[in-house]
Amino acid sequence: MHMSDGLLNAPVSIAFLAVAAVGVGFALVKARADLDDRTAPMAGLVATFIFAVQMINFPILPGASGHLLGGALAAILVGPYVGALCVTIVLVVQALLFADGGLTAIGANVTNMALIGTATGFLVAVALRKLAERGKGGLAAVAFVSAFVNTVVAATGFIVEYAIGGVGGVEIGKVALLMWGLHALIGIGEGLITAVTVTSVAAIRPDLVYLLKGNRKPLEVRS
Amino acid sequence: MKKFFIGFAVVSLLIAGVLSYFASGDPDGLDKTVEDTGIAAHAQEHPFAGSTFADYALGGDDKFTGLAGVLGVIAVLAVSFSLFWFLRKKTPSTDSADR
Repeated sequence: MHMSDGLLNAPVSIAFLAVAAVGVGFALVKARADLDDRTAPMAGLVATFIFAVQMINFPILPGASGHLLGGALAAILVGPYVGALCVTIVLVVQALLFADGGLTAIGANVTNMALIGTATGFLVAVALRKLAERGKGGLAAVAFVSAFVNTVVAATGFIVEYAIGGVGGVEIGKVALLMWGLHALIGIGEGLITAVTVTSVAAIRPDLVYLLKGNRKPLEVRS
Repeated sequence: MKKFFIGFAVVSLLIAGVLSYFASGDPDGLDKTVEDTGIAAHAQEHPFAGSTFADYALGGDDKFTGLAGVLGVIAVLAVSFSLFWFLRKKTPSTDSADR
Protein backbone atom coordinates (compact mmCIF):
# COMPACT_ATOMS: atom_id res chain seq x y z
CA MET A 1 0.00 0.00 0.00
CA HIS A 2 2.99 2.26 -0.61
CA MET A 3 2.05 5.16 -2.84
CA SER A 4 4.55 6.69 -5.21
CA ASP A 5 5.31 10.37 -5.47
CA GLY A 6 3.00 12.39 -7.67
CA LEU A 7 -0.35 10.79 -6.78
CA LEU A 8 -1.16 13.56 -4.30
CA ASN A 9 -0.52 17.25 -4.98
CA ALA A 10 2.33 19.04 -3.24
CA PRO A 11 0.37 20.92 -0.56
CA VAL A 12 -1.45 17.77 0.54
CA SER A 13 1.77 15.74 0.50
CA ILE A 14 3.38 18.35 2.73
CA ALA A 15 0.35 18.51 5.00
CA PHE A 16 0.55 14.75 5.54
CA LEU A 17 4.27 14.98 6.17
CA ALA A 18 3.32 17.30 9.02
CA VAL A 19 0.57 14.96 10.24
CA ALA A 20 3.01 12.05 10.20
CA ALA A 21 5.70 14.07 12.00
CA VAL A 22 3.30 15.04 14.78
CA GLY A 23 1.98 11.49 15.10
CA VAL A 24 5.41 9.87 15.13
CA GLY A 25 6.67 12.51 17.60
CA PHE A 26 3.77 11.73 19.90
CA ALA A 27 4.47 8.00 19.60
CA LEU A 28 8.16 8.59 20.40
CA VAL A 29 7.22 10.35 23.62
CA LYS A 30 4.60 7.79 24.66
CA ALA A 31 6.64 4.72 23.62
CA ARG A 32 9.17 5.21 26.42
CA ALA A 33 6.77 3.93 29.05
CA ASP A 34 6.30 0.67 27.12
CA LEU A 35 9.99 -0.05 26.53
CA ASP A 36 12.28 -1.79 28.96
CA ASP A 37 15.16 -4.26 28.77
CA ARG A 38 12.77 -7.02 27.73
CA THR A 39 10.33 -5.25 25.43
CA ALA A 40 12.91 -3.14 23.55
CA PRO A 41 14.52 -6.16 21.82
CA MET A 42 11.06 -7.57 21.16
CA ALA A 43 10.04 -4.30 19.49
CA GLY A 44 13.10 -4.43 17.24
CA LEU A 45 12.24 -7.96 16.23
CA VAL A 46 8.61 -7.05 15.55
CA ALA A 47 9.72 -4.26 13.19
CA THR A 48 12.10 -6.68 11.49
CA PHE A 49 9.41 -9.33 11.12
CA ILE A 50 6.98 -6.82 9.59
CA PHE A 51 9.63 -5.77 7.07
CA ALA A 52 10.24 -9.39 6.10
CA VAL A 53 6.55 -10.31 5.79
CA GLN A 54 5.79 -7.15 3.80
CA MET A 55 8.06 -8.55 1.08
CA ILE A 56 5.64 -11.43 0.60
CA ASN A 57 2.91 -10.29 -1.72
CA PHE A 58 0.14 -12.86 -1.79
CA PRO A 59 -2.30 -13.18 -4.70
CA ILE A 60 -5.86 -12.00 -4.07
CA LEU A 61 -7.32 -11.87 -7.58
CA PRO A 62 -5.89 -12.55 -11.03
CA GLY A 63 -3.55 -9.61 -11.55
CA ALA A 64 -3.68 -8.25 -8.03
CA SER A 65 -1.87 -9.00 -4.82
CA GLY A 66 -1.59 -7.71 -1.29
CA HIS A 67 0.87 -7.70 1.54
CA LEU A 68 0.81 -7.33 5.29
CA LEU A 69 0.64 -3.78 6.64
CA GLY A 70 1.36 -4.88 10.19
CA GLY A 71 -0.35 -2.23 12.29
CA ALA A 72 -2.58 -4.54 14.30
CA LEU A 73 0.17 -7.13 14.58
CA ALA A 74 2.56 -4.57 16.04
CA ALA A 75 -0.05 -3.02 18.33
CA ILE A 76 -1.08 -6.38 19.79
CA LEU A 77 2.50 -7.46 20.41
CA VAL A 78 4.22 -4.24 21.51
CA GLY A 79 1.47 -1.66 22.03
CA PRO A 80 0.18 1.17 19.87
CA TYR A 81 3.01 3.70 20.34
CA VAL A 82 5.94 1.34 19.92
CA GLY A 83 3.94 -0.40 17.18
CA ALA A 84 3.49 2.81 15.21
CA LEU A 85 7.25 3.36 15.43
CA CYS A 86 7.92 -0.19 14.20
CA VAL A 87 5.84 0.32 11.06
CA THR A 88 7.34 3.80 10.52
CA ILE A 89 10.89 2.42 10.60
CA VAL A 90 9.91 -0.25 8.06
CA LEU A 91 8.42 2.37 5.72
CA VAL A 92 11.45 4.66 5.98
CA VAL A 93 13.92 1.85 5.27
CA GLN A 94 11.79 0.68 2.32
CA ALA A 95 11.65 4.17 0.83
CA LEU A 96 15.35 4.97 1.32
CA LEU A 97 16.99 1.62 0.65
CA PHE A 98 14.59 -0.10 -1.75
CA ALA A 99 12.89 2.83 -3.53
CA ASP A 100 9.57 1.39 -2.33
CA GLY A 101 7.14 4.20 -1.53
CA GLY A 102 7.81 7.78 -2.64
CA LEU A 103 9.77 10.32 -0.64
CA THR A 104 7.23 13.16 -0.72
CA ALA A 105 4.57 10.49 -0.24
CA ILE A 106 6.19 9.16 2.92
CA GLY A 107 4.04 11.39 5.11
CA ALA A 108 0.83 9.97 3.69
CA ASN A 109 2.21 6.43 3.72
CA VAL A 110 3.24 6.71 7.36
CA THR A 111 -0.11 8.28 8.21
CA ASN A 112 -2.03 5.43 6.59
CA MET A 113 -0.05 2.37 7.54
CA ALA A 114 1.87 3.34 10.69
CA LEU A 115 -0.54 5.73 12.40
CA ILE A 116 -4.08 4.95 11.20
CA GLY A 117 -3.43 1.23 10.76
CA THR A 118 -1.80 0.74 14.13
CA ALA A 119 -4.25 2.91 16.05
CA THR A 120 -7.23 1.19 14.45
CA GLY A 121 -5.85 -2.27 15.05
CA PHE A 122 -5.15 -1.44 18.65
CA LEU A 123 -8.57 0.08 19.34
CA VAL A 124 -10.33 -2.95 17.91
CA ALA A 125 -8.08 -5.34 19.82
CA VAL A 126 -8.61 -3.51 23.10
CA ALA A 127 -12.36 -3.44 22.57
CA LEU A 128 -12.24 -7.22 22.17
CA ARG A 129 -9.63 -7.86 24.88
CA LYS A 130 -11.99 -9.98 27.01
CA LEU A 131 -12.31 -12.42 24.13
CA ALA A 132 -8.54 -12.40 23.53
CA GLU A 133 -7.92 -13.39 27.15
CA ARG A 134 -10.14 -16.43 26.79
CA GLY A 135 -7.54 -18.59 25.12
CA LYS A 136 -5.93 -19.36 21.82
CA GLY A 137 -9.09 -19.32 19.72
CA GLY A 138 -10.21 -16.04 21.21
CA LEU A 139 -6.82 -14.44 20.68
CA ALA A 140 -6.72 -15.65 17.08
CA ALA A 141 -10.18 -14.23 16.42
CA VAL A 142 -9.29 -10.87 17.94
CA ALA A 143 -6.03 -10.72 15.97
CA PHE A 144 -7.86 -11.57 12.74
CA VAL A 145 -10.63 -9.01 13.21
CA SER A 146 -8.36 -6.16 14.31
CA ALA A 147 -5.98 -6.83 11.41
CA PHE A 148 -8.83 -6.97 8.91
CA VAL A 149 -10.22 -3.65 10.15
CA ASN A 150 -6.74 -2.10 10.21
CA THR A 151 -6.29 -2.93 6.52
CA VAL A 152 -9.62 -1.53 5.40
CA VAL A 153 -9.30 1.64 7.47
CA ALA A 154 -5.71 2.24 6.33
CA ALA A 155 -6.98 1.91 2.75
CA THR A 156 -9.60 4.50 3.61
CA GLY A 157 -6.74 6.82 4.51
CA PHE A 158 -5.65 6.82 0.89
CA ILE A 159 -9.22 7.41 -0.32
CA VAL A 160 -9.53 10.46 1.94
CA GLU A 161 -6.12 11.79 0.90
CA TYR A 162 -7.00 11.35 -2.77
CA ALA A 163 -10.32 13.12 -2.21
CA ILE A 164 -8.52 16.07 -0.61
CA GLY A 165 -5.62 16.44 -2.99
CA GLY A 166 -5.42 13.66 -5.54
CA VAL A 167 -3.87 14.23 -8.96
CA GLY A 168 -5.68 13.11 -12.10
CA GLY A 169 -9.25 14.03 -11.20
CA VAL A 170 -10.54 10.47 -10.99
CA GLU A 171 -14.00 10.21 -9.48
CA ILE A 172 -13.57 9.42 -5.80
CA GLY A 173 -16.32 6.80 -5.79
CA LYS A 174 -14.37 4.76 -8.29
CA VAL A 175 -11.21 5.00 -6.20
CA ALA A 176 -13.09 4.09 -3.04
CA LEU A 177 -14.82 1.10 -4.58
CA LEU A 178 -11.57 -0.39 -5.86
CA MET A 179 -9.60 0.37 -2.70
CA TRP A 180 -12.24 -1.06 -0.38
CA GLY A 181 -12.96 -4.09 -2.54
CA LEU A 182 -9.30 -5.05 -2.93
CA HIS A 183 -8.42 -4.33 0.67
CA ALA A 184 -11.30 -6.33 2.02
CA LEU A 185 -9.59 -9.29 0.33
CA ILE A 186 -6.12 -8.23 1.45
CA GLY A 187 -7.52 -7.80 4.95
CA ILE A 188 -8.32 -11.52 5.08
CA GLY A 189 -4.65 -12.28 4.40
CA GLU A 190 -3.57 -9.66 6.92
CA GLY A 191 -5.95 -11.22 9.44
CA LEU A 192 -4.62 -14.73 8.90
CA ILE A 193 -0.95 -13.70 9.12
CA THR A 194 -1.64 -11.64 12.24
CA ALA A 195 -3.60 -14.44 13.91
CA VAL A 196 -0.89 -17.03 13.25
CA THR A 197 1.90 -14.70 14.39
CA VAL A 198 0.22 -13.49 17.55
CA THR A 199 -0.92 -16.94 18.67
CA SER A 200 2.57 -18.35 17.98
CA VAL A 201 4.20 -15.70 20.15
CA ALA A 202 1.54 -16.17 22.83
CA ALA A 203 2.13 -19.92 22.86
CA ILE A 204 5.84 -19.49 23.61
CA ARG A 205 6.09 -16.16 25.40
CA PRO A 206 2.67 -14.89 26.51
CA ASP A 207 4.45 -12.30 28.65
CA LEU A 208 5.61 -10.59 25.45
CA VAL A 209 2.09 -10.00 24.13
CA TYR A 210 1.18 -6.44 25.04
CA LEU A 211 -2.56 -7.01 24.69
CA LEU A 212 -2.47 -9.81 27.26
CA LYS A 213 -0.58 -7.89 29.90
CA GLY A 214 -3.84 -6.68 31.41
CA ASN A 215 -1.80 -3.70 32.14
CA ARG A 216 -1.62 -0.33 33.54
CA LYS A 217 -1.06 2.01 30.68
CA PRO A 218 -2.51 5.50 30.94
CA LEU A 219 -4.49 4.91 27.75
CA GLU A 220 -6.43 2.14 29.50
CA VAL A 221 -10.10 2.77 29.81
CA ARG A 222 -10.80 0.12 32.38
CA SER A 223 -8.81 -0.73 35.51
CA MET B 1 14.43 -16.05 26.60
CA LYS B 2 17.37 -15.45 24.28
CA LYS B 3 16.29 -18.51 22.32
CA PHE B 4 12.95 -16.91 21.51
CA PHE B 5 14.55 -13.72 20.23
CA ILE B 6 17.06 -15.60 18.09
CA GLY B 7 14.27 -17.80 16.71
CA PHE B 8 12.17 -14.73 15.85
CA ALA B 9 15.12 -13.17 14.00
CA VAL B 10 15.82 -16.39 12.10
CA VAL B 11 12.17 -16.63 11.00
CA SER B 12 12.39 -13.06 9.65
CA LEU B 13 15.63 -13.86 7.82
CA LEU B 14 14.10 -16.94 6.20
CA ILE B 15 11.00 -15.05 5.12
CA ALA B 16 12.97 -12.17 3.61
CA GLY B 17 15.80 -14.30 2.28
CA VAL B 18 13.97 -17.35 0.92
CA LEU B 19 10.18 -17.04 0.95
CA SER B 20 10.52 -13.69 -0.85
CA TYR B 21 11.28 -15.57 -4.08
CA PHE B 22 7.74 -16.93 -4.03
CA ALA B 23 6.02 -13.57 -3.60
CA SER B 24 3.46 -12.51 -6.18
CA GLY B 25 4.74 -9.98 -8.68
CA ASP B 26 1.28 -8.55 -9.32
CA PRO B 27 0.49 -4.99 -8.20
CA ASP B 28 -0.82 -4.64 -4.65
CA GLY B 29 -4.23 -3.21 -3.83
CA LEU B 30 -3.21 0.43 -4.04
CA ASP B 31 -1.10 -0.03 -7.17
CA LYS B 32 -3.92 -1.93 -8.84
CA THR B 33 -6.34 0.85 -7.94
CA VAL B 34 -4.15 3.60 -9.36
CA GLU B 35 -3.39 1.54 -12.47
CA ASP B 36 -7.02 0.71 -13.22
CA THR B 37 -8.16 4.31 -12.72
CA GLY B 38 -5.31 5.85 -14.68
CA ILE B 39 -3.98 7.74 -11.67
CA ALA B 40 -0.72 5.84 -12.04
CA ALA B 41 0.05 7.91 -15.14
CA HIS B 42 0.85 10.77 -12.76
CA ALA B 43 3.22 8.75 -10.60
CA GLN B 44 6.76 10.07 -10.60
CA GLU B 45 9.74 7.83 -10.73
CA HIS B 46 11.32 7.26 -7.34
CA PRO B 47 14.36 9.50 -6.81
CA PHE B 48 16.31 6.39 -5.81
CA ALA B 49 14.92 4.16 -8.56
CA GLY B 50 18.43 3.62 -9.88
CA SER B 51 19.99 2.79 -6.53
CA THR B 52 21.70 -0.53 -5.88
CA PHE B 53 18.88 -2.28 -4.04
CA ALA B 54 15.89 -0.56 -5.66
CA ASP B 55 12.84 -2.83 -5.88
CA TYR B 56 14.42 -5.44 -3.61
CA ALA B 57 16.94 -6.47 -6.23
CA LEU B 58 20.62 -6.00 -6.86
CA GLY B 59 21.22 -3.58 -9.71
CA GLY B 60 17.80 -4.47 -11.11
CA ASP B 61 18.47 -8.21 -11.07
CA ASP B 62 15.82 -9.87 -8.97
CA LYS B 63 17.74 -13.11 -8.73
CA PHE B 64 19.16 -11.31 -5.71
CA THR B 65 15.85 -10.56 -4.02
CA GLY B 66 16.79 -12.81 -1.11
CA LEU B 67 20.04 -10.94 -0.59
CA ALA B 68 18.21 -7.61 -0.65
CA GLY B 69 15.73 -9.05 1.85
CA VAL B 70 18.47 -10.17 4.22
CA LEU B 71 20.10 -6.76 3.94
CA GLY B 72 16.75 -5.12 4.70
CA VAL B 73 16.24 -7.34 7.73
CA ILE B 74 19.65 -6.32 9.04
CA ALA B 75 18.98 -2.62 8.35
CA VAL B 76 15.55 -2.64 10.04
CA LEU B 77 16.86 -4.62 13.00
CA ALA B 78 19.82 -2.26 13.46
CA VAL B 79 17.74 0.90 13.23
CA SER B 80 14.82 -0.30 15.33
CA PHE B 81 16.87 -2.05 17.99
CA SER B 82 19.08 1.04 18.43
CA LEU B 83 16.10 3.37 18.68
CA PHE B 84 14.11 1.20 21.09
CA TRP B 85 17.12 0.39 23.25
CA PHE B 86 17.92 4.10 23.48
CA LEU B 87 14.30 4.99 24.33
CA ARG B 88 13.75 2.30 26.94
CA LYS B 89 13.38 2.94 30.64
CA LYS B 90 16.77 2.22 32.11
CA THR B 91 15.50 0.18 35.05
CA PRO B 92 14.53 -3.37 34.11
CA SER B 93 11.03 -2.65 35.22
CA THR B 94 8.21 -4.68 36.62
CA ASP B 95 4.81 -3.17 37.25
CA SER B 96 5.81 -1.80 40.61
CA ALA B 97 8.63 0.20 39.06
CA ASP B 98 6.20 2.44 37.20
CA ARG B 99 6.20 5.90 38.61
